[in-house]
Amino acid sequence: MKNVADIKADAEKPRRWGWWYVAELRLREMRGYVSYVVTSSFGNPLMYLLALGIGLANLIPQGIEGVPFLVFVAPALLMSTILTVGAEEGMYPVLSGFKWHKVFFAIHATPITPGQIVGGFLVHLTIRFAFTAGVFFGFLVAFGAVPFASGWLMIPIAILGAFSILTPLGAYAARLEDDTGQFALIQRLVVMPMFLFSGTFFPLSDVPDWLEWVGWVSPLWHATQLGRTVSYGAIEPIWLSATHLLILVAYAVIGGYFMHRSFVARLTR
Amino acid sequence: MSEPVIRAENIVKKYGDFVAVDGISFEVQRGESFGLLGPNGAGKSTTMKMIAAVSTRTSGNLEVLGMDPNTDGPAIRSQLGVVPQEDNLDQELRVRENLITYGRFFGMSHAAVAKRADELLEFAQLTDRAKSKVEPLSGGMKRRLTIARSLMNDPQMLLLDEPTTGLDPQARHILWDRLFRLKEQGTTLVLTTHYMDEAEQLSDRIIVVDKGAIMAEGSPAQLIRQYSSKEVLEVRYGSDKNKTVAKSIADIGERQEILPDRILIYSDNGERDLAVITNRGHHPTTSLVRRSSLEDVFLRLTGRTLVE
Ligand SMILES: Nc1ncnc2c1ncn2[C@@H]1O[C@H](COP(=O)(O)OP(=O)(O)O)[C@@H](O)[C@H]1O
Ligand SMILES: [Mg+2]
Repeated sequence: MKNVADIKADAEKPRRWGWWYVAELRLREMRGYVSYVVTSSFGNPLMYLLALGIGLANLIPQGIEGVPFLVFVAPALLMSTILTVGAEEGMYPVLSGFKWHKVFFAIHATPITPGQIVGGFLVHLTIRFAFTAGVFFGFLVAFGAVPFASGWLMIPIAILGAFSILTPLGAYAARLEDDTGQFALIQRLVVMPMFLFSGTFFPLSDVPDWLEWVGWVSPLWHATQLGRTVSYGAIEPIWLSATHLLILVAYAVIGGYFMHRSFVARLTR
Repeated sequence: MSEPVIRAENIVKKYGDFVAVDGISFEVQRGESFGLLGPNGAGKSTTMKMIAAVSTRTSGNLEVLGMDPNTDGPAIRSQLGVVPQEDNLDQELRVRENLITYGRFFGMSHAAVAKRADELLEFAQLTDRAKSKVEPLSGGMKRRLTIARSLMNDPQMLLLDEPTTGLDPQARHILWDRLFRLKEQGTTLVLTTHYMDEAEQLSDRIIVVDKGAIMAEGSPAQLIRQYSSKEVLEVRYGSDKNKTVAKSIADIGERQEILPDRILIYSDNGERDLAVITNRGHHPTTSLVRRSSLEDVFLRLTGRTLVE
């Protein structure tokens, strides 16, 4: 019989690298739907840019905030696309891992801890978001909607934005016994309004005052404003930009904390 | 004797107010094949999850491989093979990929998992399905794949929760044969089942559990000797007549159980007792003499049958 010290020494490698093994699994699973990821990553920006850049932009020849409409709307398009994917990934795939595919239970039967499962899940999504955001950014540059030099910072901002919405939703989804319409409701009552009232297509200051709070609680507005700042320069005081960043980090970190707690509770009950 | 691989002392698991496992104690020795036999809802899976270090016990002491699952869960799990009651194979991966990715979780190298996966596909008789998706596999194949997966890390102990529930008889026998091989190789097996034949086939020693508590413990033969007779005579008179006939033959045998569809007479000589009954003029529509089984032990202990 192996003694306890030997066993613990054996378990050292997964203790260090467990998060990566989980990411590895998720990447391998992604092979099954990689064509969806690639098509939507290329299709989405193309569609938006054609519709808004060539269509809508012609109606607003004077531009907004001193830049052409396309330049104004470009960061918002990228952010809303990646944040929407973030919201999706925080709901169904999380519940599925517990309820339908039960893959989280399978992983947890090994030396992997709930924290490593969450970690690997997020690492895989970082790669996935970076890809989708990178492709989107490429299109924006090609259409002259974003300067390359500082604009690339939109990619990490988009990833942070995606996590700021994903982790709170993940914390919630991991505690659900079943989806009896909650996800559709969140999609309609949280994600959609966020998309419409977050200074996406017009500045938040043009939103009726009594709706402005939607922008303030919406990660999308904060991400979009940061995106605009790195794209076409300071549009607001630096403290406000810092606040955007802080709020996104707070959402992601606090959400991540609760997501971890939900995973531990579900996997050890 | 060496250290036991499992030492459970009065372990309890509550879900809210509901007590699923109500203070059970047992030990399992290395190389032993240990069974938990009990009906649905007895608390078998809950007990297995506590041993597997994936469910936190409410109270009691538990040691697995010399460690406490509450504090050394990952280290314990690194040494276990787990076959859960419900298959949780990865449907998004192919058969062989399921083994490979699982092995990685134990820190095995890419080369090591590839080699081991091929050996285990052979063992599980799934080599020709290596590239297949999981979904179209039969229930028995999925179960064998789950067992193969549980062996990736060459575990010190294998935990099997209802390994053959829901399988047809042929698939069960194939599975039993595989498990028998593991047992012969000296793998420590802990299994739960509500099939008495499975418990008899695979375990050296069993505990009978009901409503979260242990009703009896021993080898299948010991339990049968202790709680039942050598033979059982089963007679049927049709559901409405069983009760009335039972009254007039109540003195026969050591003990009787009157079930809705038949009367069981526990006896050391079933044929002789059947003759006595027929001599009294109670000709059963069907009769059967068989040896006692764990089913009878359970009936004796709880007044209920294992599979309702
Ligand atoms: N997560 C849970 N929450 C609440 N009750 C549970 C949970 N898991 C199991 N139970 C209850 O605990 C009892 C024992 O369940 P289980 O251990 O699965 O029994 P067995 O495996 O012997 O059929 C059952 O009554 C079951 O409904
Ligand atoms: Mg069970």
